[in-house]
Amino acid sequence: MKSFLMRSYTFLIFFFLYAPILVLMLFSFNESKSRGHWGGFTLKWYVELFQDSQIVSALYYTVTIAIIASIVATIIGTLAAIGLTNMRGLPKVITLNLTYLPLLSPDIVMGISLMLLFIFVKLNLGFLTMLLAHITFSLPFVIFSVLPKLRQISEDTYNAALDLGATPFEAYKKVILPQISPGIVTGFLLAFTMSIDDFVVSFFTTGSGVSNLAISIYSMARRGINPKINALLTLMFICIMLLLVFVNYRMSKEDNKERRVDN
Amino acid sequence: MKRKFLTTPYMLWMLIFTIIPLILVFYFSFFESGPDGIKFTTEYIERVFEPIYLKVIFRSFALAVISTIFCLVLGYPMAMILASRELKRRDFLIVLFVVPMWMNFLARTYAWMTLLENNGIINQILMALSLPTISILYTDKAVILGMVYNFLPFMVLPIYSVLSKIDRSIIEAAEDLGANPLRTFFKVIFPLSLPGVLSGIIMVFMPAVTTFVISRLLGGGQYMLIGNLIEQQFLTTGDWGFGSSLSLILMLILLLTMGIMSKTDKDREGGRFF
Repeated sequence: MKSFLMRSYTFLIFFFLYAPILVLMLFSFNESKSRGHWGGFTLKWYVELFQDSQIVSALYYTVTIAIIASIVATIIGTLAAIGLTNMRGLPKVITLNLTYLPLLSPDIVMGISLMLLFIFVKLNLGFLTMLLAHITFSLPFVIFSVLPKLRQISEDTYNAALDLGATPFEAYKKVILPQISPGIVTGFLLAFTMSIDDFVVSFFTTGSGVSNLAISIYSMARRGINPKINALLTLMFICIMLLLVFVNYRMSKEDNKERRVDN
Repeated sequence: MKRKFLTTPYMLWMLIFTIIPLILVFYFSFFESGPDGIKFTTEYIERVFEPIYLKVIFRSFALAVISTIFCLVLGYPMAMILASRELKRRDFLIVLFVVPMWMNFLARTYAWMTLLENNGIINQILMALSLPTISILYTDKAVILGMVYNFLPFMVLPIYSVLSKIDRSIIEAAEDLGANPLRTFFKVIFPLSLPGVLSGIIMVFMPAVTTFVISRLLGGGQYMLIGNLIEQQFLTTGDWGFGSSLSLILMLILLLTMGIMSKTDKDREGGRFF
Protein backbone atom coordinates (compact mmCIF):
# COMPACT_ATOMS: atom_id res chain seq x y z
CA MET A 1 0.00 0.00 0.00
CA LYS A 2 2.69 2.47 1.00
CA SER A 3 4.81 1.73 -2.02
CA PHE A 4 1.75 2.06 -4.26
CA LEU A 5 1.11 5.53 -2.87
CA MET A 6 4.75 6.45 -3.30
CA ARG A 7 4.77 5.27 -6.87
CA SER A 8 1.56 7.10 -7.78
CA TYR A 9 2.81 10.33 -6.22
CA THR A 10 6.15 10.07 -8.03
CA PHE A 11 4.31 9.43 -11.27
CA LEU A 12 2.04 12.44 -10.77
CA ILE A 13 4.92 14.80 -10.02
CA PHE A 14 6.95 13.57 -12.97
CA PHE A 15 3.88 13.84 -15.17
CA PHE A 16 3.48 17.44 -14.01
CA LEU A 17 7.13 18.15 -14.80
CA TYR A 18 7.31 16.44 -18.17
CA ALA A 19 3.84 16.69 -19.71
CA PRO A 20 4.23 20.28 -20.92
CA ILE A 21 7.64 19.57 -22.44
CA LEU A 22 6.46 16.41 -24.16
CA VAL A 23 3.38 18.12 -25.57
CA LEU A 24 5.57 20.89 -26.86
CA MET A 25 7.94 18.45 -28.53
CA LEU A 26 5.09 16.41 -29.99
CA PHE A 27 3.51 19.47 -31.57
CA SER A 28 6.77 20.47 -33.22
CA PHE A 29 5.94 17.64 -35.66
CA ASN A 30 2.38 18.83 -36.22
CA GLU A 31 1.45 19.68 -39.80
CA SER A 32 -1.37 22.00 -38.77
CA LYS A 33 -0.40 25.43 -37.50
CA SER A 34 -3.30 25.69 -35.04
CA ARG A 35 -2.44 23.57 -32.12
CA GLY A 36 -5.84 22.20 -31.18
CA HIS A 37 -5.77 19.41 -33.63
CA TRP A 38 -3.24 17.07 -35.11
CA GLY A 39 -2.79 17.62 -38.82
CA GLY A 40 -0.30 14.86 -39.51
CA PHE A 41 3.43 14.39 -39.13
CA THR A 42 5.81 16.91 -40.64
CA LEU A 43 9.38 18.13 -40.31
CA LYS A 44 8.67 21.42 -42.05
CA TRP A 45 8.98 23.54 -38.92
CA TYR A 46 12.53 22.28 -38.49
CA VAL A 47 13.30 23.38 -42.05
CA GLU A 48 11.56 26.73 -41.68
CA LEU A 49 13.36 27.28 -38.41
CA PHE A 50 16.70 27.45 -40.18
CA GLN A 51 15.30 29.71 -42.91
CA ASP A 52 14.13 32.24 -40.33
CA SER A 53 16.91 34.83 -40.37
CA GLN A 54 15.96 36.15 -36.92
CA ILE A 55 16.33 32.73 -35.30
CA VAL A 56 19.54 31.89 -37.17
CA SER A 57 21.17 35.15 -36.08
CA ALA A 58 19.93 34.59 -32.51
CA LEU A 59 21.47 31.12 -32.57
CA TYR A 60 24.73 32.57 -33.85
CA TYR A 61 24.88 35.21 -31.11
CA THR A 62 23.89 32.73 -28.39
CA VAL A 63 26.67 30.30 -29.28
CA THR A 64 29.33 32.94 -30.01
CA ILE A 65 28.70 34.78 -26.77
CA ALA A 66 28.57 31.53 -24.78
CA ILE A 67 31.92 30.38 -26.18
CA ILE A 68 33.77 33.69 -25.72
CA ALA A 69 32.19 34.42 -22.32
CA SER A 70 32.95 31.00 -20.89
CA ILE A 71 36.57 31.03 -22.15
CA VAL A 72 37.26 34.50 -20.71
CA ALA A 73 35.46 33.65 -17.46
CA THR A 74 37.41 30.41 -17.16
CA ILE A 75 40.76 32.17 -17.56
CA ILE A 76 40.04 35.06 -15.17
CA GLY A 77 38.23 32.77 -12.73
CA THR A 78 40.95 30.12 -12.60
CA LEU A 79 43.65 32.72 -12.01
CA ALA A 80 41.50 34.27 -9.29
CA ALA A 81 40.94 30.90 -7.64
CA ILE A 82 44.69 30.20 -7.58
CA GLY A 83 45.31 33.62 -6.08
CA LEU A 84 42.47 33.13 -3.60
CA THR A 85 43.94 29.96 -2.10
CA ASN A 86 47.05 31.95 -1.24
CA MET A 87 45.12 34.69 0.49
CA ARG A 88 44.46 34.82 4.21
CA GLY A 89 42.28 36.84 6.56
CA LEU A 90 40.27 39.87 5.55
CA PRO A 91 41.22 40.06 1.84
CA LYS A 92 40.11 36.47 1.43
CA VAL A 93 36.79 37.11 3.19
CA ILE A 94 36.18 40.19 1.05
CA THR A 95 36.96 38.37 -2.20
CA LEU A 96 34.77 35.40 -1.30
CA ASN A 97 31.84 37.61 -0.37
CA LEU A 98 32.31 39.59 -3.57
CA THR A 99 32.01 36.27 -5.40
CA TYR A 100 28.79 35.40 -3.59
CA LEU A 101 27.26 38.79 -4.42
CA PRO A 102 26.22 38.04 -8.04
CA LEU A 103 24.89 34.65 -6.97
CA LEU A 104 22.68 36.21 -4.32
CA SER A 105 21.43 39.33 -6.06
CA PRO A 106 18.30 38.90 -8.18
CA ASP A 107 18.81 38.56 -11.94
CA ILE A 108 16.71 41.59 -12.68
CA VAL A 109 18.81 43.81 -10.42
CA MET A 110 22.00 42.53 -12.04
CA GLY A 111 20.46 43.20 -15.47
CA ILE A 112 19.34 46.75 -14.80
CA SER A 113 22.47 47.72 -12.86
CA LEU A 114 24.72 46.57 -15.72
CA MET A 115 22.47 48.38 -18.17
CA LEU A 116 22.85 51.56 -16.12
CA LEU A 117 26.63 51.14 -16.17
CA PHE A 118 26.82 50.62 -19.94
CA ILE A 119 24.56 53.57 -20.68
CA PHE A 120 26.42 55.69 -18.11
CA VAL A 121 29.78 55.13 -19.83
CA LYS A 122 28.07 55.60 -23.23
CA LEU A 123 28.74 52.10 -24.47
CA ASN A 124 26.22 51.14 -27.15
CA LEU A 125 24.07 48.25 -25.98
CA GLY A 126 24.69 45.24 -28.20
CA PHE A 127 27.06 42.34 -28.65
CA LEU A 128 29.91 43.69 -26.50
CA THR A 129 27.73 44.70 -23.56
CA MET A 130 25.91 41.37 -23.54
CA LEU A 131 29.26 39.57 -23.65
CA LEU A 132 30.63 41.59 -20.71
CA ALA A 133 27.46 40.85 -18.72
CA HIS A 134 27.72 37.13 -19.43
CA ILE A 135 31.35 37.00 -18.33
CA THR A 136 30.33 38.74 -15.10
CA PHE A 137 27.65 36.26 -14.06
CA SER A 138 29.76 33.26 -15.18
CA LEU A 139 32.81 34.14 -13.06
CA PRO A 140 31.49 32.90 -9.67
CA PHE A 141 30.60 29.52 -11.16
CA VAL A 142 34.15 29.03 -12.45
CA ILE A 143 35.68 30.08 -9.15
CA PHE A 144 33.46 27.79 -7.09
CA SER A 145 34.29 24.87 -9.40
CA VAL A 146 38.06 25.38 -9.29
CA LEU A 147 38.45 26.28 -5.58
CA PRO A 148 37.57 22.81 -4.17
CA LYS A 149 40.09 21.18 -6.52
CA LEU A 150 42.80 23.57 -5.34
CA ARG A 151 42.02 22.77 -1.71
CA GLN A 152 42.57 19.08 -2.38
CA ILE A 153 46.14 19.37 -3.64
CA SER A 154 48.98 19.80 -1.23
CA GLU A 155 51.54 22.56 -1.40
CA ASP A 156 54.33 19.99 -1.14
CA THR A 157 54.10 18.90 -4.76
CA TYR A 158 54.50 22.49 -5.87
CA ASN A 159 57.47 23.02 -3.52
CA ALA A 160 59.00 19.74 -4.68
CA ALA A 161 58.85 20.98 -8.27
CA LEU A 162 60.58 24.21 -7.21
CA ASP A 163 63.28 22.24 -5.33
CA LEU A 164 63.88 20.18 -8.43
CA GLY A 165 64.66 23.36 -10.31
CA ALA A 166 61.36 24.28 -11.97
CA THR A 167 60.52 27.95 -12.27
CA PRO A 168 57.26 28.94 -10.52
CA PHE A 169 55.56 29.22 -13.91
CA GLU A 170 56.73 25.73 -14.94
CA ALA A 171 55.66 24.34 -11.60
CA TYR A 172 52.16 25.75 -12.10
CA LYS A 173 51.93 24.51 -15.66
CA LYS A 174 53.26 21.01 -15.01
CA VAL A 175 52.13 20.30 -11.45
CA ILE A 176 49.15 22.40 -10.38
CA LEU A 177 47.27 22.82 -13.66
CA PRO A 178 46.93 19.11 -14.51
CA GLN A 179 45.56 18.46 -11.03
CA ILE A 180 42.90 21.16 -11.13
CA SER A 181 41.92 20.65 -14.78
CA PRO A 182 38.72 18.66 -13.99
CA GLY A 183 37.49 21.63 -11.94
CA ILE A 184 38.39 24.00 -14.75
CA VAL A 185 36.45 21.92 -17.29
CA THR A 186 33.42 21.71 -14.98
CA GLY A 187 33.58 25.47 -14.44
CA PHE A 188 33.80 26.09 -18.16
CA LEU A 189 30.79 23.84 -18.86
CA LEU A 190 28.76 25.50 -16.08
CA ALA A 191 29.60 28.94 -17.44
CA PHE A 192 28.68 27.78 -20.93
CA THR A 193 25.26 26.43 -19.90
CA MET A 194 24.54 29.52 -17.80
CA SER A 195 25.31 31.72 -20.77
CA ILE A 196 23.26 29.64 -23.25
CA ASP A 197 20.33 29.64 -20.85
CA ASP A 198 20.31 33.25 -19.76
CA PHE A 199 17.38 35.49 -20.45
CA VAL A 200 16.97 38.21 -17.85
CA VAL A 201 20.47 39.69 -17.83
CA SER A 202 20.73 39.49 -21.63
CA PHE A 203 17.35 41.13 -22.03
CA PHE A 204 18.54 44.30 -20.29
CA THR A 205 22.09 44.45 -21.60
CA THR A 206 21.52 43.96 -25.31
CA GLY A 207 20.26 46.24 -28.02
CA SER A 208 20.49 47.22 -31.70
CA GLY A 209 19.18 43.98 -33.18
CA VAL A 210 21.45 41.65 -31.22
CA SER A 211 19.36 39.01 -29.46
CA ASN A 212 19.92 35.50 -28.16
CA LEU A 213 17.61 32.51 -28.39
CA ALA A 214 15.89 33.19 -25.06
CA ILE A 215 15.08 36.76 -26.10
CA SER A 216 13.73 35.50 -29.44
CA ILE A 217 11.51 32.97 -27.69
CA TYR A 218 10.23 35.70 -25.40
CA SER A 219 9.33 38.07 -28.22
CA MET A 220 7.83 35.28 -30.34
CA ALA A 221 5.77 33.96 -27.42
CA ARG A 222 4.37 37.41 -26.79
CA ARG A 223 3.37 37.84 -30.42
CA GLY A 224 1.50 34.55 -30.43
CA ILE A 225 2.09 30.83 -30.56
CA ASN A 226 4.40 29.69 -33.33
CA PRO A 227 5.23 26.04 -34.14
CA LYS A 228 8.77 27.08 -35.08
CA ILE A 229 9.43 27.75 -31.39
CA ASN A 230 8.39 24.19 -30.59
CA ALA A 231 10.91 22.88 -33.10
CA LEU A 232 13.58 25.18 -31.69
CA LEU A 233 12.85 24.11 -28.12
CA THR A 234 12.91 20.43 -29.04
CA LEU A 235 16.38 20.90 -30.52
CA MET A 236 17.53 22.84 -27.46
CA PHE A 237 16.16 20.14 -25.17
CA ILE A 238 18.12 17.48 -27.04
CA CYS A 239 21.32 19.57 -26.85
CA ILE A 240 20.87 20.16 -23.11
CA MET A 241 20.31 16.44 -22.57
CA LEU A 242 23.51 15.58 -24.43
CA LEU A 243 25.49 18.17 -22.48
CA LEU A 244 24.01 16.94 -19.21
CA VAL A 245 24.88 13.34 -19.96
CA PHE A 246 28.44 14.45 -20.75
CA VAL A 247 28.80 16.49 -17.52
CA ASN A 248 27.30 13.68 -15.46
CA TYR A 249 29.68 11.19 -17.02
CA ARG A 250 32.64 13.44 -16.18
CA MET A 251 31.49 13.95 -12.59
CA SER A 252 30.91 10.26 -11.90
CA LYS A 253 34.33 9.50 -13.37
CA GLU A 254 35.90 12.02 -11.00
CA ASP A 255 33.95 10.66 -8.06
CA ASN A 256 35.26 7.19 -8.77
CA LYS A 257 38.81 8.50 -8.97
CA GLU A 258 38.45 10.28 -5.63
CA ARG A 259 36.97 7.23 -4.00
CA ARG A 260 39.88 5.15 -5.21
CA VAL A 261 42.31 7.66 -3.73
CA ASP A 262 40.42 7.67 -0.43
CA ASN A 263 40.65 3.93 -0.17
CA MET B 1 52.82 29.91 -3.19
CA LYS B 2 52.68 33.67 -3.22
CA ARG B 3 50.45 34.35 -6.16
CA LYS B 4 47.99 36.85 -4.76
CA PHE B 5 48.30 39.19 -7.76
CA LEU B 6 46.49 36.57 -9.85
CA THR B 7 43.23 37.75 -8.27
CA THR B 8 43.82 41.33 -9.45
CA PRO B 9 42.10 40.99 -12.87
CA TYR B 10 39.13 39.35 -11.17
CA MET B 11 38.87 41.98 -8.47
CA LEU B 12 39.05 44.74 -11.08
CA TRP B 13 36.37 43.00 -13.12
CA MET B 14 34.05 42.62 -10.17
CA LEU B 15 34.66 46.23 -9.11
CA ILE B 16 33.70 47.53 -12.56
CA PHE B 17 30.85 45.15 -13.35
CA THR B 18 29.32 44.40 -9.95
CA ILE B 19 30.17 47.07 -7.39
CA ILE B 20 29.99 50.16 -9.60
CA PRO B 21 26.66 49.12 -11.18
CA LEU B 22 25.17 48.68 -7.70
CA ILE B 23 26.51 52.09 -6.70
CA LEU B 24 24.82 53.49 -9.81
CA VAL B 25 21.49 51.99 -8.73
CA PHE B 26 21.98 53.71 -5.40
CA TYR B 27 22.99 56.95 -7.10
CA PHE B 28 19.99 57.08 -9.40
CA SER B 29 17.66 56.39 -6.47
CA PHE B 30 18.81 59.41 -4.52
CA PHE B 31 20.32 61.92 -6.92
CA GLU B 32 18.92 63.86 -9.78
CA SER B 33 20.76 66.05 -12.25
CA GLY B 34 18.72 69.14 -13.02
CA PRO B 35 19.62 72.40 -14.73
CA ASP B 36 21.35 73.62 -11.56
CA GLY B 37 23.61 70.63 -10.99
CA ILE B 38 23.18 67.37 -9.12
CA LYS B 39 20.95 67.38 -6.10
CA PHE B 40 19.80 64.93 -3.46
CA THR B 41 16.19 63.78 -3.56
CA THR B 42 14.00 61.30 -1.74
CA GLU B 43 11.17 61.81 -4.21
CA TYR B 44 11.73 58.45 -5.97
CA ILE B 45 11.95 56.44 -2.78
CA GLU B 46 8.77 58.13 -1.52
CA ARG B 47 6.98 57.21 -4.74
CA VAL B 48 7.65 53.51 -4.06
CA PHE B 49 5.44 53.85 -1.01
CA GLU B 50 2.46 55.29 -2.88
CA PRO B 51 -0.62 53.05 -2.55
CA ILE B 52 -0.73 51.84 -6.16
CA TYR B 53 2.89 50.69 -6.06
CA LEU B 54 2.59 49.27 -2.55
CA LYS B 55 -0.27 47.19 -3.91
CA VAL B 56 1.99 45.78 -6.65
CA ILE B 57 4.74 45.01 -4.13
CA PHE B 58 2.21 43.39 -1.82
CA ARG B 59 0.82 41.27 -4.65
CA SER B 60 4.32 40.13 -5.67
CA PHE B 61 5.03 38.98 -2.14
CA ALA B 62 1.62 37.37 -1.72
CA LEU B 63 1.98 35.36 -4.94
CA ALA B 64 5.54 34.37 -4.03
CA VAL B 65 4.41 33.22 -0.58
CA ILE B 66 1.54 31.18 -2.04
CA SER B 67 3.84 29.59 -4.63
CA THR B 68 6.43 28.81 -1.97
CA ILE B 69 3.79 27.10 0.19
CA PHE B 70 2.59 25.03 -2.78
CA CYS B 71 6.18 24.06 -3.59
CA LEU B 72 6.78 23.03 0.01
CA VAL B 73 3.58 20.99 0.30
CA LEU B 74 4.11 19.27 -3.05
CA GLY B 75 7.88 19.06 -2.79
CA TYR B 76 8.41 17.68 0.71
CA PRO B 77 6.75 14.29 0.03
CA MET B 78 8.65 14.10 -3.28
CA ALA B 79 11.94 14.74 -1.47
CA MET B 80 11.05 12.06 1.09
CA ILE B 81 10.32 9.56 -1.66
CA LEU B 82 13.58 10.38 -3.46
CA ALA B 83 15.48 10.00 -0.20
CA SER B 84 13.76 6.78 0.91
CA ARG B 85 15.87 3.65 0.96
CA GLU B 86 13.11 1.52 -0.51
CA LEU B 87 13.47 3.37 -3.79
CA LYS B 88 14.98 1.41 -6.64
CA ARG B 89 17.11 3.18 -9.23
CA ARG B 90 17.27 6.37 -7.20
CA ASP B 91 20.14 8.01 -9.12
CA PHE B 92 18.25 7.64 -12.36
CA LEU B 93 15.11 9.23 -10.89
CA ILE B 94 17.09 12.15 -9.53
CA VAL B 95 18.70 12.85 -12.91
CA LEU B 96 15.23 12.62 -14.44
CA PHE B 97 13.99 15.09 -11.87
CA VAL B 98 16.74 17.59 -12.65
CA VAL B 99 16.51 17.42 -16.45
CA PRO B 100 13.51 19.77 -16.93
CA MET B 101 15.40 22.33 -14.87
CA TRP B 102 18.08 22.45 -17.52
CA MET B 103 15.62 23.49 -20.11
CA ASN B 104 15.29 27.21 -20.55
CA PHE B 105 12.68 28.50 -18.13
CA LEU B 106 11.11 30.60 -20.86
CA ALA B 107 10.52 27.40 -22.76
CA ARG B 108 8.82 25.80 -19.80
CA THR B 109 6.64 28.83 -19.22
CA TYR B 110 5.79 28.95 -22.91
CA ALA B 111 4.76 25.30 -22.74
CA TRP B 112 2.12 26.22 -20.17
CA MET B 113 0.86 29.04 -22.37
CA THR B 114 0.09 26.53 -25.08
CA LEU B 115 -1.55 24.13 -22.62
CA LEU B 116 -3.75 26.68 -20.88
CA GLU B 117 -5.08 28.54 -23.91
CA ASN B 118 -8.83 28.63 -24.38
CA ASN B 119 -8.60 26.09 -27.19
CA GLY B 120 -5.44 24.57 -25.74
CA ILE B 121 -4.80 20.94 -25.05
CA ILE B 122 -6.17 20.83 -21.51
CA ASN B 123 -9.48 22.26 -22.64
CA GLN B 124 -9.57 19.93 -25.67
CA ILE B 125 -9.25 16.97 -23.34
CA LEU B 126 -11.86 18.37 -20.95
CA MET B 127 -14.25 18.93 -23.83
CA ALA B 128 -13.67 15.43 -25.16
CA LEU B 129 -14.63 14.13 -21.72
CA SER B 130 -17.58 16.56 -21.76
CA LEU B 131 -16.32 18.27 -18.61
CA PRO B 132 -16.51 22.02 -18.07
CA THR B 133 -13.52 23.84 -19.59
CA ILE B 134 -11.20 26.08 -17.58
CA SER B 135 -9.95 29.52 -18.50
CA ILE B 136 -7.17 30.40 -16.12
CA LEU B 137 -4.62 31.81 -18.58
CA TYR B 138 -3.97 35.50 -17.81
CA THR B 139 -5.10 35.20 -14.19
CA ASP B 140 -3.35 34.90 -10.81
CA LYS B 141 -3.86 31.14 -10.92
CA ALA B 142 -1.86 30.73 -14.11
CA VAL B 143 0.98 32.84 -12.67
CA ILE B 144 1.07 30.73 -9.50
CA LEU B 145 1.00 27.55 -11.59
CA GLY B 146 3.92 28.84 -13.66
CA MET B 147 5.92 29.67 -10.54
CA VAL B 148 5.25 26.30 -8.90
CA TYR B 149 6.15 24.48 -12.11
CA ASN B 150 9.39 26.41 -12.60
CA PHE B 151 10.61 26.45 -9.02
CA LEU B 152 9.46 23.11 -7.58
CA PRO B 153 12.91 21.48 -8.11
CA PHE B 154 14.53 24.27 -6.10
CA MET B 155 12.45 23.14 -3.14
CA VAL B 156 12.83 19.40 -3.60
CA LEU B 157 16.60 19.19 -4.12
CA PRO B 158 17.83 20.91 -0.93
CA ILE B 159 15.29 19.00 1.20
CA TYR B 160 16.29 15.77 -0.50
CA SER B 161 19.98 16.43 0.14
CA VAL B 162 19.37 16.96 3.87
CA LEU B 163 16.96 14.03 4.22
CA SER B 164 19.34 11.59 2.55
CA LYS B 165 22.06 12.50 5.06
CA ILE B 166 19.94 11.82 8.17
CA ASP B 167 21.43 8.98 10.18
CA ARG B 168 19.07 5.99 9.93
CA SER B 169 19.87 4.91 13.46
CA ILE B 170 18.24 8.05 14.87
CA ILE B 171 14.96 7.15 13.18
CA GLU B 172 15.31 3.53 14.31
CA ALA B 173 15.93 4.71 17.85
CA ALA B 174 12.68 6.71 17.78
CA GLU B 175 10.82 3.66 16.52
CA ASP B 176 12.41 1.39 19.13
CA LEU B 177 11.36 3.81 21.84
CA GLY B 178 7.76 3.37 20.71
CA ALA B 179 7.08 6.41 18.56
CA ASN B 180 4.54 5.84 15.81
CA PRO B 181 5.47 6.91 12.24
CA LEU B 182 3.61 10.22 12.56
CA ARG B 183 5.37 11.07 15.82
CA THR B 184 8.72 10.01 14.40
CA PHE B 185 8.15 12.33 11.49
CA PHE B 186 7.14 15.41 13.47
CA LYS B 187 9.57 14.95 16.35
CA VAL B 188 12.63 13.59 14.52
CA ILE B 189 12.65 13.73 10.72
CA PHE B 190 11.04 17.12 10.11
CA PRO B 191 13.14 19.06 12.67
CA LEU B 192 16.31 17.49 11.25
CA SER B 193 15.33 18.50 7.72
CA LEU B 194 14.70 22.15 8.61
CA PRO B 195 17.97 23.48 7.12
CA GLY B 196 16.96 21.97 3.77
CA VAL B 197 13.44 23.38 4.07
CA LEU B 198 14.85 26.83 4.78
CA SER B 199 17.18 26.88 1.81
CA GLY B 200 14.37 25.48 -0.33
CA ILE B 201 12.12 28.33 0.77
CA ILE B 202 14.80 30.92 -0.01
CA MET B 203 15.53 29.39 -3.41
CA VAL B 204 11.87 29.39 -4.43
CA PHE B 205 10.87 32.67 -2.85
CA MET B 206 13.73 34.76 -4.32
CA PRO B 207 13.09 34.12 -8.02
CA ALA B 208 9.31 34.09 -7.47
CA VAL B 209 9.31 37.61 -6.02
CA THR B 210 11.57 39.05 -8.70
CA THR B 211 10.21 37.37 -11.82
CA PHE B 212 8.79 39.45 -14.62
CA VAL B 213 8.70 36.78 -17.31
CA ILE B 214 6.21 34.34 -15.77
CA SER B 215 3.85 37.18 -14.94
CA ARG B 216 4.16 38.70 -18.39
CA LEU B 217 3.60 35.46 -20.31
CA LEU B 218 1.02 33.75 -18.09
CA GLY B 219 -0.51 36.87 -16.53
CA GLY B 220 -0.86 38.87 -19.72
CA GLY B 221 0.35 42.28 -20.85
CA GLN B 222 -1.41 44.27 -18.14
CA TYR B 223 -0.30 42.05 -15.25
CA MET B 224 1.97 43.85 -12.79
CA LEU B 225 4.42 42.38 -10.34
CA ILE B 226 7.37 44.30 -8.93
CA GLY B 227 9.60 42.77 -11.62
CA ASN B 228 7.30 44.05 -14.36
CA LEU B 229 7.20 47.46 -12.73
CA ILE B 230 11.00 47.63 -12.70
CA GLU B 231 11.22 46.42 -16.28
CA GLN B 232 8.68 49.02 -17.35
CA GLN B 233 10.63 51.86 -15.71
CA PHE B 234 13.80 50.98 -17.58
CA LEU B 235 12.53 49.81 -20.95
CA THR B 236 9.28 51.72 -21.50
CA THR B 237 8.99 54.81 -19.32
CA GLY B 238 12.69 55.51 -19.03
CA ASP B 239 12.25 56.57 -15.41
CA TRP B 240 15.61 55.39 -14.05
CA GLY B 241 15.20 57.10 -10.70
CA PHE B 242 11.98 55.29 -9.86
CA GLY B 243 13.20 52.01 -11.35
CA SER B 244 16.40 52.18 -9.30
CA SER B 245 14.44 52.99 -6.14
CA LEU B 246 12.17 49.98 -6.70
CA SER B 247 15.22 47.73 -7.22
CA LEU B 248 16.87 49.12 -4.12
CA ILE B 249 13.81 48.51 -1.94
CA LEU B 250 13.37 45.03 -3.43
CA MET B 251 16.98 44.13 -2.65
CA LEU B 252 16.71 45.49 0.88
CA ILE B 253 13.58 43.46 1.61
CA LEU B 254 15.13 40.31 0.14
CA LEU B 255 18.37 40.74 2.07
CA LEU B 256 16.37 41.22 5.25
CA THR B 257 14.23 38.12 4.66
CA MET B 258 17.28 36.04 3.81
CA GLY B 259 19.17 37.39 6.79
CA ILE B 260 16.35 36.36 9.13
CA MET B 261 16.04 32.97 7.45
CA SER B 262 19.74 32.10 7.47
CA LYS B 263 20.00 33.11 11.12
CA THR B 264 17.73 30.17 11.84
CA ASP B 265 19.69 28.01 9.43
CA LYS B 266 22.79 27.78 11.56
CA ASP B 267 24.70 24.97 9.93
CA ARG B 268 24.81 25.61 6.22
CA GLU B 269 24.35 21.97 5.33
CA GLY B 270 21.15 22.51 3.41
CA GLY B 271 22.58 25.01 1.00
CA ARG B 272 24.20 22.45 -1.24
CA PHE B 273 22.56 21.63 -4.48
CA PHE B 274 24.15 18.57 -5.91
